[in-house]
Amino acid sequence: MSLLRYESQVRPPLVDGDKDYHQVTEDICRPVEAKPSRLWWIGFLISVALLIFGIISVTVEVIYGTGQWNLNKTVGWGWDITNFVWWVGIGHAGTLISAILLLFRQGWRTGVNRAAEAMTIFAVMCAGQFPIWHMGRVWNAFFVLPYPNTRGPLWVNFNSPLLWDVFAISTYFTVSLLFWYSGLIPDLATLRDRAKKKWAKMFYGVASFGWTGSTKHWQRHEALSLVLAGLSTPLVLSVHTIVSFDFATSVVPGWHTTIFPPYFVAGAIFSGFAMVQTLLVVTRKVLALEDYITIEHIEVMNKVIVLTGSIVGIAYLTELFMAWYSAVPYENYAFFENRLNLNSPYGWSYWLMMGCNVLSPQIFWFRNMRRNLLVTFFMSILVNIGMWFERFVIIVTSVYRDYLPSAWSTYYTPTIWEVGFYLGTFGLFFTCYFLFSKFFPVIAIAEIKHILKRSGENYKEKMDGIEKQDTDGFAHDQAHDH
Amino acid sequence: MSVKKFVTGNFYDEAVLFPAVKKTRRAGYKIHDVYTPFPIHGLDKAMGLRDTSLHTAGFIYGITGTATAVGFITWALTIDWRLNFGGKPFFALPAWIPITFELTVLFAAVGMVLTFCYLCQLAPFVKKDHFNPRSTDDTFVMALECTDKTNEAEAISFLQTIGATDVQVQYKETEWWLGRYDKDTKRFEKKETAEAAH
Repeated sequence: MSLLRYESQVRPPLVDGDKDYHQVTEDICRPVEAKPSRLWWIGFLISVALLIFGIISVTVEVIYGTGQWNLNKTVGWGWDITNFVWWVGIGHAGTLISAILLLFRQGWRTGVNRAAEAMTIFAVMCAGQFPIWHMGRVWNAFFVLPYPNTRGPLWVNFNSPLLWDVFAISTYFTVSLLFWYSGLIPDLATLRDRAKKKWAKMFYGVASFGWTGSTKHWQRHEALSLVLAGLSTPLVLSVHTIVSFDFATSVVPGWHTTIFPPYFVAGAIFSGFAMVQTLLVVTRKVLALEDYITIEHIEVMNKVIVLTGSIVGIAYLTELFMAWYSAVPYENYAFFENRLNLNSPYGWSYWLMMGCNVLSPQIFWFRNMRRNLLVTFFMSILVNIGMWFERFVIIVTSVYRDYLPSAWSTYYTPTIWEVGFYLGTFGLFFTCYFLFSKFFPVIAIAEIKHILKRSGENYKEKMDGIEKQDTDGFAHDQAHDH
Repeated sequence: MSVKKFVTGNFYDEAVLFPAVKKTRRAGYKIHDVYTPFPIHGLDKAMGLRDTSLHTAGFIYGITGTATAVGFITWALTIDWRLNFGGKPFFALPAWIPITFELTVLFAAVGMVLTFCYLCQLAPFVKKDHFNPRSTDDTFVMALECTDKTNEAEAISFLQTIGATDVQVQYKETEWWLGRYDKDTKRFEKKETAEAAH
């Protein structure tokens, strides 16, 4: 039984360099304790500027109503819901990395999980903006909650996928936040105990909740992490499933398909990992954390991208087949005329999606491409563009030509305020991420220390002798429980 | 509300710490706690701590969430205000599964985190006495509680023989109090009085 715990010698170390525990603390705390660089300030200020532009756009929309957006008679969701689904999808990678990979005992997750979880939380925050401001009369947003009201009380419709969405997104946000923060507490205590400046002592002292590192507390902490991971695993799958129900339970051709839940979840993981790559390729370089977020991590995530990208590709083809096989003229029209036909008004967006999501990730079948940082960064951007267009294709091409040609809308293009709102969420996302990378450890310090002995380079070297051992001696040495 | 006397020793290697914990228990000393910068699997067993029942608490919270969701939706849609949605049954259980699931997870997660914070006395502005600031960095700190019967000199030399470094006697508050880490507040002001009390 204990042989099962033995890790293959072939596997490369997860932490590069000959490090001890103190060195790990130093390396990860350095960017937090140092003064922010000029590059950080430039990035941060650009993000804040975008955020301000977003706030202005939203203000215009609130004052003059959703008419400020170019939504029309049949295209009622347009960019707004496209952006919502896109951000929610991005918010899936963090919990996937931290929860599902924890249950699967994937040691490599420790290098990237903290930043990915933070990204998840910020992405869900951005996603939540869109349905809320889309309500128009946003001061009535609390109507979506089932509270005792003076209208009966008239309850919300619990049978509606839009209400399921309210519960799914808010639960997902809360649980992700709790999971992330409970993991952060010990690392904030590390920062507190190293702090020299007064404000840092106060800030990290308050934020670390008085953590001591007692063995009993660690025991509970481990139990908590494991159960939260167990809860988050079905949760992360449920969230995008429910988002897909918003479409799949309707009777609109192009939306009314049973393949949507798995197809959306795969797409979410696909785009989420792409966003993780975009951020980490830059973060590891700027914060000098190449020893912790190694090229191995990048490669593993690229493998996930090629896998999920291919799943999404199969889903696209299945949709086309089902549309043809259904022999429903409306379905056929939605798929073969509105999407597949390059000469139709939005045909370009379908082929852009196909190119970015299905064709381009196939480059990651080649090992040297998976390990190339420049290619990885470029691909991660392409994938995110592709995944944005996937949602655009689903929403706009399905509804801009309705059942009755007399109701067909004119060509839908967004207004500056719709675009501004989208850019504003980029501002929100990156402002949060820049603050996070400045004030919090971007790598889970305690978790890295936990795997250091098993997967650090110096310990791997010590293990070299074992390789030369004969099989019986090896089994004998390894067969006791640590 | 008690300041107690401890003998503390530092360890830097799990391979030394594990046998040391076993030897300490065998020698009859009372281990107050071992403070580590990261979770060490099996240390709780070696120290003789019982398993945590946080899992059970989580299960109970989860069931509460399930019951809340099913109970409330049933009441709202079949008793309090019946609405006919396309001629479907009022008791539309399959359509309630998503919300029931979400509330189960929500209750379990929130309940468990709050319970965890309560059990470990974690909250903003909570302050505790620490034996060694390096115990959140790279040092495993073992603290032995000194009772009236403990021979202090013996305990010190014992810790040294089992591999501890920087062994010393410390008076520490064992309870938490409200305070900030940038201010040097103590729950009880004078160490001398505590020492005199012993």
